[in-house]
Amino acid sequence: MKAFITKAAAAAIVVFARAVTAVRAIWPEAGLPSSPCVYFANHSSHGDFVLVWTVLPPRLRRQARPVAGAEYWLKSPLNRFIGSDVFNAVLIAREKDQRTEDPVTQMAAAIDAGSSLILFPEGTRNQSDAPLLPFKSGIFHLAAARPDIELVPVWINNLNRVMPKGEIVPIPLICTVTFGSALRLAPDEAKDAFLERMQTALLALSPKPAGSGE
Amino acid sequence: MSAASSDLLTLVAGIFGVLILASAIGYVLQQRLSPDGSNAAIENLNARIKAWWIMVILIGIAFVAGRIGVLVLFGFCSFAALREFVTLINTRRADHWALAAAFFVVVPVQYYLLWAEQYGIFSIFIPVYAFLLMPIISVLRGDTERFLIRIAEVQWALMICVFCASHVPALLTLNIPGYDGRNVLLIAFLVIVVQLSDVLQYVWGKLLGRTKIAPKLSPSKTVEGFVGGVVSATMIGAALWWITPFTPVQAGLLAFIITLMGFFGGLVMSAIKRDRGIKDWGNLIEGHGGLIDRLDSVVFSAPIFFHIVRYWWSL
Repeated sequence: MKAFITKAAAAAIVVFARAVTAVRAIWPEAGLPSSPCVYFANHSSHGDFVLVWTVLPPRLRRQARPVAGAEYWLKSPLNRFIGSDVFNAVLIAREKDQRTEDPVTQMAAAIDAGSSLILFPEGTRNQSDAPLLPFKSGIFHLAAARPDIELVPVWINNLNRVMPKGEIVPIPLICTVTFGSALRLAPDEAKDAFLERMQTALLALSPKPAGSGE
Repeated sequence: MSAASSDLLTLVAGIFGVLILASAIGYVLQQRLSPDGSNAAIENLNARIKAWWIMVILIGIAFVAGRIGVLVLFGFCSFAALREFVTLINTRRADHWALAAAFFVVVPVQYYLLWAEQYGIFSIFIPVYAFLLMPIISVLRGDTERFLIRIAEVQWALMICVFCASHVPALLTLNIPGYDGRNVLLIAFLVIVVQLSDVLQYVWGKLLGRTKIAPKLSPSKTVEGFVGGVVSATMIGAALWWITPFTPVQAGLLAFIITLMGFFGGLVMSAIKRDRGIKDWGNLIEGHGGLIDRLDSVVFSAPIFFHIVRYWWSL
């Protein structure tokens, strides 16, 4: 019964996301990796992982788990239901002093169990005018812990205008989700160089500002 | 069977005949010139024909469902067109509630007023009430950055995508003596003539096109395509007089006016696309681009057609 409810909720969320955003995915020429991988995306809205999850082909969608902040997704029973039950999120504590588990260990364990991850390396929603905040080092430590994992940059466009921080009514606007070619940690690559390379790869997918809003 | 539904059946049979012919031509062209799907122009042509089938069937279903079906169809078109338009305009967070009102209040109210046949308020709701109230909603947030551009663009989006587009189903509200219960055929006349004019301009342009008519706006449009398309669509409009309350000459004259409006509407919308650096408004209709790419000529001709018919033919 619970499985049915979560499936129905997931389907309803997909339909809703598509109805509001008419979201369109743009794939890399080589296609997406079929084995578990890490999708890393820009983060400006709570709906970000929903949109990535919505456009993934069903087979890849089933193995994809978003990585999300525990304090938000455990805040209320509804958040908990959506975060843990519907999307099976890997919930990590963002504040160091609240951690009982190491986030990198949690993410690596999910990959070992055959899941893909949807990761937002900026660590928090970007409210600034800059297109991208500097990446936190988590993605580097994860890549170092699982050097074979493929990392797919994903640019989510326009969702920040659909649902800016603090708003409750979404505005219907067309969103695109652009997937880039898969990347890997190079042997002996230093943390800063790796993070720089990942940020550049992600930014390269962003279109020129259309509405040039915020 | 009433005269209206037998005329409608004849019309539908005719349209299906045209589409079957187009599909057959598309199939032959593909077999001959693009058997491996490598000729982009022919693949696009076939995608367009396929999309036409879907559009004709959707409009057909709406017609069968009657007034409510037509209103729901065009309400949805307005919503999707507004979504394409607002995606491309300058908005800031301060516009959030104004934009929410545009989508979730203005669109349903405009179509409700058609349902309720409140012509007076229908015709001024967006030009007066939305025009004054939307900037008030925006200004309450106190963000003055590019304020005039923001409110002007939202109003323009509403005028084009909701106000003008809603004049297509508004044809149902006209009370024309001797034409009772047949108003849906006026919508068919408008949409068929304007869309055929687009298609014929494209076909004539491909066959004979040499001289570009507006190279800066729309490099694919030619003088030959324009003249051929307008002349042939005008003649088709005259030949369709039997579904309208007009005489053949009147039908031809109205067809001429709406094809001209459609052509120039297409140019205006192209200029906006160029300004925003895009090729298509969206990807809703396979092969055609966005909904506005298909609807641009109809939204420009619908209000003029509506008012001419209302002034000279309706009570």
